[in-house]
Amino acid sequence: MSVLHVTSPHVRKPMTTNAVMRHVIYGTIPGLAVLTLLFGWGTLINVVFGSLVAVAAEALVLRLRNRPILFSIKDGSAILTAVLLALAIPPTSPWWITVVGILFAIVIAKQLYGGLGSNPFNPAMIGYVLLLISFPLEMTTWIPANLTEGVAASPSFSQSLALIFGSVDRTVIDGITMATPLDTFKTYAGNDLDMLRSASVLQGSIAGVGWEWVNIAFLVGGLYLVARKIITWHIPVAMVTSLFLLAGLFYIIDPDSYADPIFHVLGGGTMLGAFFIATDPVTAATSNKGKLIYGALIGLLIYVIRAWGGYPDAVAFAVLLLNLCAPTIEYYTQPRAYGHKKANSGIAKS
Amino acid sequence: MSRQIWDIPGGIHPAQNKIQSLQTEITRADIPAELVIPTQQHIGAPAKPCVEVGDKVLKGQVIAEGNGFVSLPVHAPTSGEVIAIESRPIQHPSQIDGVCIVLKPDSNDTWGARHPIDNYQSLERNDVIDAIRNAGIAGMGGAGFPSAIKLGIKPGTKIEQLILNSVECEPYITADDKLIQERADEIIAGLEIMQWLVNPQETLIGIEDNKPDAIAAFKKATANNNIEVVVVPTKYPSGGEKQLIYMLTGKEVSSGGLPSDVGVICQNTGTAYAINRAIHHGEPLVSRITTVTGDAVKHKGNYEVLLGTPVDALLAQAGADMSAASRLIMGGPMMGFSIHDASVPVVKVTNCLLAPTTEEIPVPAQEQACIRCGSCAQVCPAGLLPQQLYWFSKSNELEKAEHFNLADCIECGACSFVCPSNIPLVQYFRFGKGQIRKHKSETIKADHARERFEFRQARLEKEEREKEQKRKARAEAAAKKQAAKKAAALANPPSDASGSPTTPGTDDVADTASNATKLKSAWASATKRWKDAEKALTIAEKNGSDQLEAFQKKVDQLKAKAEKTKALYEDAKTSAASTSPSSPSASPSPAVAPVSNDPMVQLKQASADNFKAWKDAQKKTQEAEANSADNLEALREEEATLKAKSDASKAAMKEARAKEKEAMQAKKATEDPTKQLKLDAAIARTKAKKALKALNSLDDDHASHAALKAAYEKALATADNADAALKAAEEA
Repeated sequence: MSVLHVTSPHVRKPMTTNAVMRHVIYGTIPGLAVLTLLFGWGTLINVVFGSLVAVAAEALVLRLRNRPILFSIKDGSAILTAVLLALAIPPTSPWWITVVGILFAIVIAKQLYGGLGSNPFNPAMIGYVLLLISFPLEMTTWIPANLTEGVAASPSFSQSLALIFGSVDRTVIDGITMATPLDTFKTYAGNDLDMLRSASVLQGSIAGVGWEWVNIAFLVGGLYLVARKIITWHIPVAMVTSLFLLAGLFYIIDPDSYADPIFHVLGGGTMLGAFFIATDPVTAATSNKGKLIYGALIGLLIYVIRAWGGYPDAVAFAVLLLNLCAPTIEYYTQPRAYGHKKANSGIAKS
Repeated sequence: MSRQIWDIPGGIHPAQNKIQSLQTEITRADIPAELVIPTQQHIGAPAKPCVEVGDKVLKGQVIAEGNGFVSLPVHAPTSGEVIAIESRPIQHPSQIDGVCIVLKPDSNDTWGARHPIDNYQSLERNDVIDAIRNAGIAGMGGAGFPSAIKLGIKPGTKIEQLILNSVECEPYITADDKLIQERADEIIAGLEIMQWLVNPQETLIGIEDNKPDAIAAFKKATANNNIEVVVVPTKYPSGGEKQLIYMLTGKEVSSGGLPSDVGVICQNTGTAYAINRAIHHGEPLVSRITTVTGDAVKHKGNYEVLLGTPVDALLAQAGADMSAASRLIMGGPMMGFSIHDASVPVVKVTNCLLAPTTEEIPVPAQEQACIRCGSCAQVCPAGLLPQQLYWFSKSNELEKAEHFNLADCIECGACSFVCPSNIPLVQYFRFGKGQIRKHKSETIKADHARERFEFRQARLEKEEREKEQKRKARAEAAAKKQAAKKAAALANPPSDASGSPTTPGTDDVADTASNATKLKSAWASATKRWKDAEKALTIAEKNGSDQLEAFQKKVDQLKAKAEKTKALYEDAKTSAASTSPSSPSASPSPAVAPVSNDPMVQLKQASADNFKAWKDAQKKTQEAEANSADNLEALREEEATLKAKSDASKAAMKEARAKEKEAMQAKKATEDPTKQLKLDAAIARTKAKKALKALNSLDDDHASHAALKAAYEKALATADNADAALKAAEEA
């Protein structure tokens, strides 16, 4: 008989952190597939390349920090960060965009804060925001989906490789990229309705050509996560609902200046943000009530920034701003414990 | 009719693993070669052994008596001989030992006197409760709280629900399940006794829907009475007392409160069975049903085990291969504890022995970082935030942990079960709870110490103040006197003229002398304060106060002060000594009156010194004698010399004193003869009176009587003479 002394409980659910990360990566597959179908191989190449960079960066920092390398690499959190960042950046982004974003996300936003579980901000979104602020041109121009009128086909695999790793003349890229539907809407809404109505990326679609499919694919992946109990429904539902309601309100007031709620919900990075970014457990609120507040406030901020802010999409900013608030939300949304008349709130007894 | 079931928050669904141990009937476990019966098998004070080694006992005989209100007696599980009463390893998560009575069974299993109560309804309730207490019945679900205390409700407490807890939500355990299947009638009979005792509005049996056979047995047994079987969905930990109460009644037992506060009493299945045996059969609690299971066990099943049976004996009977077991768990896999020593005995609360193989329950994986996934909060049945409690316990932020209701954690283990990062959360919580308990008791201790210290400090300050006031008053009086004297001196030129060369000198001496006295007292008080502070420091050290450094600093300060005043005093003393001889000895200042100039005082001093030296020497000799030292002879000699010296100086002093007296008398006589004579007469008269008194008190003793009478007469004569002399003198 072994003399192992372990305390109760002696049995455990066979779900591990590594499995959690793995399932989230599985959940992104539909979205990744649709992005690849509509915009070419760029995103897939970025995902693979970014993952390699992320693992290398993580290993390097773990070595510098004198931490077990393989043990931490195996949890898959670095790869997940890379996948989420690669899904968010344009498929034509040159390789150094990915490298800069990933390095900042893994080294600064994650490991320097203490590694997995200790980072206050979502690493992928920190990387994304850094890129968005530093390289606005590269980060805001997407190639149009191949469903768009006048667009023959998305770049082939070799073309994508050349766009990412080759020293392509910027004008070549500029020639094939267009503003995203959200950007187009932001530019013309309220001042040039004719241009808005004739913009090719908005033709014949409900949320920008191709983008509704991207969002639906991420929604499907997200539902998989909810079904597998990797995430709970609270954050996505709260976030999408608040965004929908707010967009609906302003659409009713002034449909010429404000996009309709479906456009907001199925446009841009809404579903990726709702199911994969905002639900990052490390940086989100954890109690159910807290999650509802957290999600709703993200939805609110997304709308505010999209409608009146300087950037066409706002998921990253909204999530990071709410990351800041998560601990406070936590303190004031404690559940009522058994045998207590009311829930505690705040940090300490007054 | 269907009853509303309130759902508890959280909860988990671990693999049941109950089927393995349900395949056979309850087997009677063999009587082992030796029974080890701990005196503590319940919550509360351990029982006091009331048998001696070598005593022959019968089955059911009390071998240890309950020791206080929250305590229970322990009975001999079989007949045999007490072969030892000693410390043995017992069923404790911390693997500690406890006092055990070791019984060597005689294999006859002879019952002692049993006193069944046939018609308990005709008795007083308290008598029945006493019978339950005397049968040594403790809650058999795991905690082991004396059942009689739970049933002995305060008069006037209205019990709305009596609940029989047959949920048995822990995986693997089937002890209650099997007991219900086989002996449902006896359990119900026990429950009816409790029903009569607490008179509830309704009596409910809570049972999980994964025990269809037991449910059927209960339904059958309760067909003709008002007991309701309530089937609850299978979910861990719905068998927790507070959880079951909520599920069946929607009532929550307030934090830190008791179920009876909300009109509920909850008892375990095994307890009801034991109560039935005790009342209807007069059998105290000497055995229980224990599930022996796990893949390392060949004959999995339920065993009726004599309390005190060593675990290894039971495992051997069940055919367990302990080399294949990954660990040995007493209790279920969720809340049981692993034991290292298989010689520990089965006790009143041992509902399961689990010997799983490594495949079944593997070695726990390495703990990973918390990813704050919140799964723990989703499953917590107490509505807590385990993740937050984990951070707070880990970083020792006890106040925050308390604020987040760590005390309400029931340690069910659901949070650890779901944690994807393999964090042993429950262990952190036990640690946190322990720290809080420790911290609280330390705080109480420190408060006491501080109170004592502060009180003492206040007292010392008060004394110091009073002293200071007295000193001031004295100083003022002295100053006034001095001023008056000076004024008188100024008004008296001749004395001024004669004293003028000496006065400054004497004043100086007086000043240094009084200064020295002052300094001496300052030194004494400083030293005292230093010593006090040091004492306080020792107390603080003992109590582990966190202000040790401050104390230490204070002590150092006081020490320095004491040393400083001492040095000052020494200085002053030497300066006083050096000034006093230089002052003219002719100066008749009473303030100085140099000690060395008075021969009488000198003699007295010498005598005292010599006496002391002798005494010291004597003491030394005695010590040496006691220690049989080698230099005893030398010491004795020295002592003798010193004694002689002391005696000589004493004699010299006496002589001097006598001379002085004579001189004084002579002086006085020349001054005022009448006064002297008067005094003489008075003395003589007193002496005569004394003699008379002695005479009266010693009437019987003839020899001394005569002597005393003579003395009396002589004294009387002297008195008369003195009187006559006085008269003559007066006339003269």
